[in-house]
Amino acid sequence: MTMVSYEPFVTEDGRTIGGVLMEMRNITLRFGGVVAIKDISFDIREGEIRAIIGPNGAGKSSMLNVISGFYTPSEGEVWFEGQKRPPMRPYQVARQGIARTFQNIALFQGMSTLDNMMTGRITKMHSSLPAQALWWASAQREESEHREAVEKIVDFLEIQHIRKTPVGRLPYGLQKRVELGRALAAEPRLLLLDEPMAGMNVEEKEDMSRFILDVNDEFGTTIALIEHDMGVVMDLSDRVVVMDYGKKIGDGTPDEVRGNQEVIDAYLGVTHD
Amino acid sequence: MPDQLLYGIEVMINGLMAGVLYALVALGFVLIFKASGIFNYAQGVLALFAALTLVGLQQGQVPFAHLINAIFGTEIHHFGWELPAIVAIVLTMGVMVLLAIVIEKFILKHLVNQEPIILFMATIGLAYFLEGFGDIMWGSDIKTLDVGLPQGGSIWIEEKTAALGGDGFYGFFIDRLDIVAALVAALLVISLTLFSQFSKQGRALRAVADDHQAALSVGISLRFIWVLVWSIAGFVALVAGIMWGAKSGVQFSLSLIALKALPVLMLGGFTSIPGAIVGGLIIGVGEKLFEFTIGPMVGGATENWFAYVLALVFLVFRPQGLFGEKIIERV
Repeated sequence: MTMVSYEPFVTEDGRTIGGVLMEMRNITLRFGGVVAIKDISFDIREGEIRAIIGPNGAGKSSMLNVISGFYTPSEGEVWFEGQKRPPMRPYQVARQGIARTFQNIALFQGMSTLDNMMTGRITKMHSSLPAQALWWASAQREESEHREAVEKIVDFLEIQHIRKTPVGRLPYGLQKRVELGRALAAEPRLLLLDEPMAGMNVEEKEDMSRFILDVNDEFGTTIALIEHDMGVVMDLSDRVVVMDYGKKIGDGTPDEVRGNQEVIDAYLGVTHD
Repeated sequence: MPDQLLYGIEVMINGLMAGVLYALVALGFVLIFKASGIFNYAQGVLALFAALTLVGLQQGQVPFAHLINAIFGTEIHHFGWELPAIVAIVLTMGVMVLLAIVIEKFILKHLVNQEPIILFMATIGLAYFLEGFGDIMWGSDIKTLDVGLPQGGSIWIEEKTAALGGDGFYGFFIDRLDIVAALVAALLVISLTLFSQFSKQGRALRAVADDHQAALSVGISLRFIWVLVWSIAGFVALVAGIMWGAKSGVQFSLSLIALKALPVLMLGGFTSIPGAIVGGLIIGVGEKLFEFTIGPMVGGATENWFAYVLALVFLVFRPQGLFGEKIIERV
């Protein structure tokens, strides 16, 4: 088990990173005979942008799925906010304050941008089913409160013009942005982004990078992301985990990782796309 | 106005009213299909079961009386009380929610991520099980359902419209029960639409219908939503059961109305609530008018097959139905 320091520290660009928010301890994930993740440990600290990188098939998405509860690890422990997490279903993980986006956009295609984001906020809404049916007025008040919070995120992401558009009709780049908005609507403690910039052009990538940095900066949201574009990763993240063939081969600041021989080999020594 | 035309109008109005009842059953199908992609073959039996339970509770019947008597040699049939209609309806709704929980726990939970055809087969099994269970629980005799709904032709409408025609015309005959059914159906559709558009749970319901993974990721429990959907379908079945039961008595042929809902769905589209209503009305009016105009020429009894032929024509020219989502296969 890696020893981690729980003291806050200051990053290269002068921001303070807090204590450990989430810790993965000796995670192993098997699908039948295939080992997707082999004995990996790392932590995610409060307020940081943590990247998970690695060549195709390294097990990055599997790791994200373990964090968000879509996969249950075969071995190892997941610790969140200082407590060991029992095996959970994805919706329970979401209710703990972990929101995510997907590699292949998973929006509610038939709903408008606003409805998608309101649905993203569902864990924040507390009025019960009978209350909604009987006390129409109080349900309405709650609805408008949440609507206000969602509108703020709409402004933040600059998607006012597509608020009422069914998301199925939106271009790819905007769908990615709406998906980020839906995750933000939950006001998550930890935001997981699975390749937020995959398939985007340079301009869209720049926009998305800016939003990710702003989310981290303005809301103080802790972010863990998977990304292929090395340039983007190095610019965005405070610390990087490098995976290859299901194993962890590097962990540290972008500069440390860049100088790591094993990482260089994984990226240059073997073919990948 | 010529009498023949007036009769035609009367037939049409009665067709509309019959269509409302078809639509009520079709509505239950649409709700479950939209939310889970399951074609619920048991929807008709659900309506039958709801009606049986309602009558049983209202008249203080002992559930499983025949079974108990056969095993213990007793002679019990009734508790000896009669419940007010409203209490019986609320209790029946409770039973339908309970049924939804049981269905989720024993069937749906074990068939997550299975092909739709497997789930369809499961609902066929459920239909036969429920029919048999209803039989054992409440007995198979035909029961009269009376929850105090007005019945019989509306004299007011008859008198007001009599003047339209000549001496041979006595005014429109419209069953008051049908009018109530139409009002209830309208109310049901409005409240369901409001619920699904503007409430948190309604939004969750649409989210699950759209994308299971995404729904999970925002914190929606699929199992809770299944129970909710089946409870709502149970509620719609109860309403349909009350209307049909009040009209023609609670009998096991009630489950066969479900088959009439099929052409209604093909017409309206499997995924559209307004489609279920419009489809029901078109079938209702269509088959009554067809029987009235063409029926005498071909020896009558066209109501048995007209709906299916109409649905067949629709399948050829517009397979997704009038309001259904267009099926686009991306290559």
